Amino acid sequence: MKPEIRIRTHDFDLFYGAHHALKSVSLEVPANSVTAIIGPSGCGKSTLLRSFNRMNDLIPGVRVRGRVELSGLDVYAPGTDVVELRRHVGMVFQRANPFPKSIFENVAYGLRLLGVNRRAELEARVETSLRRAALWEEVRDRLGRSALALSGGQQQRLCIARALAVEPEVVLMDEPASALDPTATARVEELVLELKSRYTIVVVTHNMQQAARISDTTAFMMVGELVEVGETRSLFTRPRQKLTEDYITGRFG
Amino acid sequence: MSGALTVPALPAGAPRRRPGARWADEAYRRGLGALALLVFVVVALIVYEIARGAGPSIRAFGWHFLVGTEWDPVADRYGALPYVFGTAVSSGLAMLLALPLGLGTAIYLAELAPHRVDQAVSFVVELLASIPSIVYGIWGLFVLAPLLRTLVEPWLIQHFGFLPLFQGFPFGIGMLNAGIVLAIMVVPTIASLSREILLATPPSLREAALALGATRAEAIAVAVDAARPGILGAVILALGRAVGETMAVTMVIGNSNRISASLLAPGSTMASVIANEFTEATGALYLSALVEIALVLFALTLVMNAFARLLVLWATGGRSDAAGAA
Ligand SMILES: Nc1ncnc2c1ncn2[C@@H]1O[C@H](COP(=O)(O)OP(=O)(O)O)[C@@H](O)[C@H]1O
Ligand SMILES: [Mg+2]
Repeated sequence: MKPEIRIRTHDFDLFYGAHHALKSVSLEVPANSVTAIIGPSGCGKSTLLRSFNRMNDLIPGVRVRGRVELSGLDVYAPGTDVVELRRHVGMVFQRANPFPKSIFENVAYGLRLLGVNRRAELEARVETSLRRAALWEEVRDRLGRSALALSGGQQQRLCIARALAVEPEVVLMDEPASALDPTATARVEELVLELKSRYTIVVVTHNMQQAARISDTTAFMMVGELVEVGETRSLFTRPRQKLTEDYITGRFG
Repeated sequence: MSGALTVPALPAGAPRRRPGARWADEAYRRGLGALALLVFVVVALIVYEIARGAGPSIRAFGWHFLVGTEWDPVADRYGALPYVFGTAVSSGLAMLLALPLGLGTAIYLAELAPHRVDQAVSFVVELLASIPSIVYGIWGLFVLAPLLRTLVEPWLIQHFGFLPLFQGFPFGIGMLNAGIVLAIMVVPTIASLSREILLATPPSLREAALALGATRAEAIAVAVDAARPGILGAVILALGRAVGETMAVTMVIGNSNRISASLLAPGSTMASVIANEFTEATGALYLSALVEIALVLFALTLVMNAFARLLVLWATGGRSDAAGAA
């Protein structure tokens, strides 16, 4: 059975001014699975990830060419409502970036944007999100406390809970564990595995072991090009491209 | 040639420790410590001198000094309420006008303006902050006052004259003029500090908000919210400046010692009455009363600062959402 495709890019190019950062990228991200994007630093992993929810729009001088589809929606079509689009795509950043508000209000933020203001509903959805992010037990008795008082790993899981609260279809994670210690990293990795039944997850990482541990599909990029994409196990054991083989055997990068 | 007694020379530029280096460090530390201590001593001496000068007035009027409305050098009876009131009203009005303007400017510059516009406007704003207050006073007297007298105040009286706030005669000078001049004087403080505070908030907060489906305005609101303690600090600083401002206010407030509900009426502030009457205060009690006003002004700024700090502490650390604790 062919899996449903959640995100599809077709001959997608992106320029930062004159710098050609993504070159004719064509990628399919299967639904309800984890896709890892790996590659050396500066190859365009974050740029590609941020193209899916048009976060690159914020950078002056960015131009794009080609197509990105999300659940069939043409992401870069002139009529696309970017705000609406981003509500369907959660994003978790490299450095945990909780708001300087209470734990509760961090998770409730996206819901409030959607106009959810009833206390009972907010409380229920905040709890669900925190449970899904495997943080509930640790914070249930201090929801009113500042999110900034949490540890780095807890902050990152809070950011995941915040993204999950608005029920996105896709969760994009840009090196979500790169600033965390090994224990916290392990918890985030476990969490990613738990979440994939419900969400489509794309994780950027420069850690190949991590990609091998958590992803079903892996895409390997180099200098703006998508070199190879395939089922994770086979990409790591039987790479089709010489470049991929060199990279995963550590001959460079 | 015998070199038996020569000390082998160190190569040029080689690091060497002077024997007194450690001692010099210690002296340096103590020297700076003494200077820091000196600040406290100076403040303590000022407080002592003011309190001593205010003594006769405090003994003569007690607490009544703060609530009394009579200011009569002939009968030698003094009550400072009109001046406390004038300070509160003119500064309050100034903050009311300056906060939206200053914060709006800061948000525009930090979040929306193109880089070059930001640079240009910020430069002008900094420039405004460095204009001597007498210049603002002259402007208030010769530009703003005629404008208020002929246009603004008649209009206010005509349309809002049913409010006690806008009743009376359009003098041009008075509380309203002082409030506006003070507002213009403190807008640069609020705008430039708030702008810097906004620029210092991490861009990742705006990104987080946008990624959750916030509009640009909603993302900016998150940044402003994060900057709130700092903005509060800027506002308190501005308020301190308004409360203490003397020259410009003395020129435009009209210097009457009557309390009036109307913003169009002339008044006085604590600072302006001291400036106006200090040189002509002949009697000992008269002089002492003016010094007591200085003491009150001093205490007021002290309390205000302490209050501001507590607010900031509360806003940053113990921010809690009690209802969130389900
Ligand atoms: N805001 C930007 N402006 C200009 N160039 C950028 C910007 N962000 C990234 N780049 C460039 O685009 C390329 C890809 O960057 P990025 O996607 O961040 O790589 P990765 O995440 O794989 O390390 C790099 O050469 C980087 O210098
Ligand atoms: Mg990156």
